[in-house]
Amino acid sequence: MLEISGLGHAYGTHRVLEGIDLKVGEGELVTIVGPSGCGKSTLLRCIAGLVPPTEGKVVLKGAPIDGVPDDLAVVFQDYSRSLLPWLTVRDNVALPLRRRGLGKAERRAQAVKALASVGLEDAAGKYPWQLSGGMQQRVSIARALAYKPTLMLMDEPFGSVDAQTREDLEDLVLQVHRAEGMTILLVTHDIDESVYLGDRVVVLARNPGRVRDELPVTLPAGRDQIGTRADAEFVRLRAEVGRLVRGVVKDSEPPDATDAEDADAEAVATAVEEPAKK
Amino acid sequence: MAHEPTPPRGLSRPGKWARGAAGVAVLFLASEALGRAGIVDRSYLPPASSVTARAFELFGDPDFLFNVRVTLTAWALGMLFAIAIAVPLGLLLGSVPAVNTAVRAIVEFLRPIPSVALIPLAALLLGSGLKMEVPLIVYASSWPILFNTMYGLDDVDPTAKETLRSFGFGRIQVLLRVSLPSAAPFIATGVRLAASIALILAVGTEILSGFGDGLGMFIAQAGNVPDGTRDVLAGTVWAGCIGLIIDTVLVQAENRVFHWHKAQRSGAS
Repeated sequence: MLEISGLGHAYGTHRVLEGIDLKVGEGELVTIVGPSGCGKSTLLRCIAGLVPPTEGKVVLKGAPIDGVPDDLAVVFQDYSRSLLPWLTVRDNVALPLRRRGLGKAERRAQAVKALASVGLEDAAGKYPWQLSGGMQQRVSIARALAYKPTLMLMDEPFGSVDAQTREDLEDLVLQVHRAEGMTILLVTHDIDESVYLGDRVVVLARNPGRVRDELPVTLPAGRDQIGTRADAEFVRLRAEVGRLVRGVVKDSEPPDATDAEDADAEAVATAVEEPAKK
Repeated sequence: MAHEPTPPRGLSRPGKWARGAAGVAVLFLASEALGRAGIVDRSYLPPASSVTARAFELFGDPDFLFNVRVTLTAWALGMLFAIAIAVPLGLLLGSVPAVNTAVRAIVEFLRPIPSVALIPLAALLLGSGLKMEVPLIVYASSWPILFNTMYGLDDVDPTAKETLRSFGFGRIQVLLRVSLPSAAPFIATGVRLAASIALILAVGTEILSGFGDGLGMFIAQAGNVPDGTRDVLAGTVWAGCIGLIIDTVLVQAENRVFHWHKAQRSGAS
């Protein structure tokens, strides 16, 4: 449903992305993982139509993207700034539904339904700043769900929440993905997360940002935080993705010049960087 | 979480009131003593009690109330036009850089001119009464509203705008649904600043224009009468009270309407 070909982006003379080719099938959950500065967020913004790419094209459901496509929702990392503080949680979720031409009552009803699906029906009348960080990010997810997009983009959605909340939200995404059959593209810097969530992991390299490799995730669809992470296959995939992120393509090939120091580091990487502070 | 604003240095709300009242009482007693003791000529500085008594008396005087109404009408009309002009202009200047650059030079030239200096010119061109008072008020009180609107737009979170854009909202929609509400607390502060400027201009114009009606006219004419100092001061007390009331009402309104602003800034984030 999503086809990216030869996509490149440059800010002035600084090339951020180059020759990105990527296909995402209907109902797939693809995770994009890469070191900091590999242009993950820029790639997502190009797909969302927020930033026009300087070369190549993005085709969504057969139509080239020019401007923001209709059937798309983005969940940003910075939930506290993405939610509008003067609207209640329910009205925040209901706002994008104006684009669907629904009446006020209908919008609110759908918003409450979406909130219930992320376990927040009781918070509908509160303001976002009265909720914890994890709950605020649930509201962002509910807002995206209520909109019923065909493609949901998530930009490091769990980068600013604590570990426990992060696991809960990861499971929420999996549950939503299964229940709604939504196509999801999720950007993360966390290798574990990319394997745990993805049907497929796309690893980016940096300078300039490009696709290093893709790995199908051969884990069963039903995943759980304790069991899956202990699975031998999970451990193998994690190590493989870790090596790719750190710049080792195959044992015989030399690593990236820029990542030479990292290449000798332990192969099983858990996280590439600290949570990005923007 | 919404926190009640805690008064500084452990002073409770009644405590703050008590201190304020004490300050007023000391000043009142000092002026009373100076007047009564004959240290200052009574016709220069009448005792505070007689000024206060006169101020209360004026509250029942239909002529005086008419004058107050004239001034408040000019104030209200001026504020209305100022908001109607400065907010849209601020939105335009704040969101279209090309227009901003084009208008910048004119704005920078006009802004430093003290509005009071324009009173003679306005009187010459526009005559007297509301038709000259209102344009001056509009001119003077538009500035803080204009600049606060532009400043508020500058402060809008790019993530919030991007979020709405990603849901397919267009430029105008993003301006109305994100930028304007998010700048609203700044605009409100600008309006509050403008409200006191408008009152100064309303009273000031009346005092300087020489004829007509209004609170300023009442003060100016009282000054021409021998022994009129008491009326001048009583009128001035009213001008001060009106300013205080307007400011209090606006502050309360801001706190109520923009409770989210404070809560978010002091923020649980």
